[in-house]
Amino acid sequence: MTSVAFDVDSVRADFPILKQQIHGRPLVYLDSGASAQKPEVVIQAVSDYYQRDHSNVHRGVHTLSQRATAAYEAVREKVCTLLNAARTSEIIYVSGTTAAINLVAQTYGRANLSIGSEVLVTEMEHHANIVPWQIACELSGATLKVVPFHDNGVLDLDQYRTMLSDNTRIVAVTHVSNALGTINPMTEMIRLAHDAGAVVLVDGAQAVPHMTVDVQALDCDFYAFSAHKLYGPTGFGILYGKESLLEAMPPWQGGGDMIKQVRFAQTTYNDLPYKFEAGTPHIAGAVGLGAAIDYVSGHGLGQIAAHERALLDYAQAQASAVSGLQVFGTAPDKAAVLSFELDGIHAHDVGTVLDHEGVAVRAGHHCAMPVMEHFGVAATVRASFGMYNNYDDVDALFAGIARTKDLMSA
Amino acid sequence: MTDLRELYQTVILDHNRHPRNFRMPQCHNHKAQGVNPLCGDEVQIYLQLNEAGIIEDISFQGRGCAISTASASIMTETLKGRSADEADTYFSAFHQLVTGEGGRAAAELDFSKLEVLGGVAAYPARVKCATLAWHTVQAALHQNNEKITTE
Repeated sequence: MTSVAFDVDSVRADFPILKQQIHGRPLVYLDSGASAQKPEVVIQAVSDYYQRDHSNVHRGVHTLSQRATAAYEAVREKVCTLLNAARTSEIIYVSGTTAAINLVAQTYGRANLSIGSEVLVTEMEHHANIVPWQIACELSGATLKVVPFHDNGVLDLDQYRTMLSDNTRIVAVTHVSNALGTINPMTEMIRLAHDAGAVVLVDGAQAVPHMTVDVQALDCDFYAFSAHKLYGPTGFGILYGKESLLEAMPPWQGGGDMIKQVRFAQTTYNDLPYKFEAGTPHIAGAVGLGAAIDYVSGHGLGQIAAHERALLDYAQAQASAVSGLQVFGTAPDKAAVLSFELDGIHAHDVGTVLDHEGVAVRAGHHCAMPVMEHFGVAATVRASFGMYNNYDDVDALFAGIARTKDLMSA
Repeated sequence: MTDLRELYQTVILDHNRHPRNFRMPQCHNHKAQGVNPLCGDEVQIYLQLNEAGIIEDISFQGRGCAISTASASIMTETLKGRSADEADTYFSAFHQLVTGEGGRAAAELDFSKLEVLGGVAAYPARVKCATLAWHTVQAALHQNNEKITTE
């Protein structure tokens, strides 16, 4: 796959949903952080799969079952390449990032946590990387500790170093903050955790669509992401885990496909990765993710990252010129997320006015209530960018912000 | 922008900036907290009912969007001096107003202030903002000290 010069106009043309009007205005989609839109090739791949190849996987000798299995398993290779994992047995299919984190919390967590041991998360985690650990700690008697971040959204690494100890068993940290855009210094954090004898789970939901991720270079123990934020289908995602850890972990959900032999006296579990894949999976989700990976890889994640960074710089420059607009998250190393508050105007009101202008943003706590608490706000407005956004989209956002201020001050 | 002005009427913006009865009362005998988990908004309602069951005082605290703040503010003005039964009647009429499900409110109800919130009916995503304070009053009146949510 060779990268061609990044052409946002041709990218936009690939996304059918963008060719519509909302309230009589062209749709400006700035909510890719919640879920990205799908290019035609992904929609087509899912449709083709159901029209031609669908059957259950790993079950039949008939042609369709073999086709479905081949299409489904081929995606494991693509994910392996995308993340630069060492082998496909380390790629576990799950329903999304949330399921991936719960899987690790309920298997590795419950097998390795006990009274006196500690789990470190950060103050900027999505609820999906907080609550599973609260549950695991409650069940095991372990303690959950929270690494704070500075007011600019940069993680407090000094605190992190101090909080790591012989008691730390697991560090669960987001690669990129969904509410602030902060890109955390994963390599250093992982090295420090390993020095302390802890394993590291990285929530990559907001990272994989926006940068090149290399799990071997990071040396992370677990890495999770969702297909739907990478321009693929909802309800599908990936857990990467180091083979030695996955081998030692007990299974999570029991059922078909995760077994070799079932006897009432004793059941033998399947090999990796199937040990963690009970039940009929979201086959079309895998197929769609495969098409999405081909699509982003064709454009090059490095080029996508550079394009989005240019949009972020353009947006942040405009934001700094708006009186009464406060941006949350100004880390130097930051993904294309602009989280802000407009003086005296609630995020929901901003969201409603922007929607009238055709601009879709997220207004709320972004499933990161501790981040809102840090800044003493109930909610923020979040514009999050994807590969299909352009400078006109940023201009439309700020025109909408100006209209919001006009309307709400009348 | 004309249709948006239907939602954000001047009266609503005024109540948002200067909410009426927005205070912690000296005394109260009923209270409840309401939260909207989707946006993190919250409201506390305080009621002082007399022996005859009349709402002698009603006030609120909390934070929310213009719609929820204005709705809470206007609600306190509407319900002060009314009985719990009347509050129920007003709530059901108000619910019909903001969901667009009902016709005109019954003539015996004083809807003069509430009607400015009729624009919410065109914005289904915002109905919960408009009804949060009302749900909370219901909780304060009928399930004292319960925490309620819009979800």
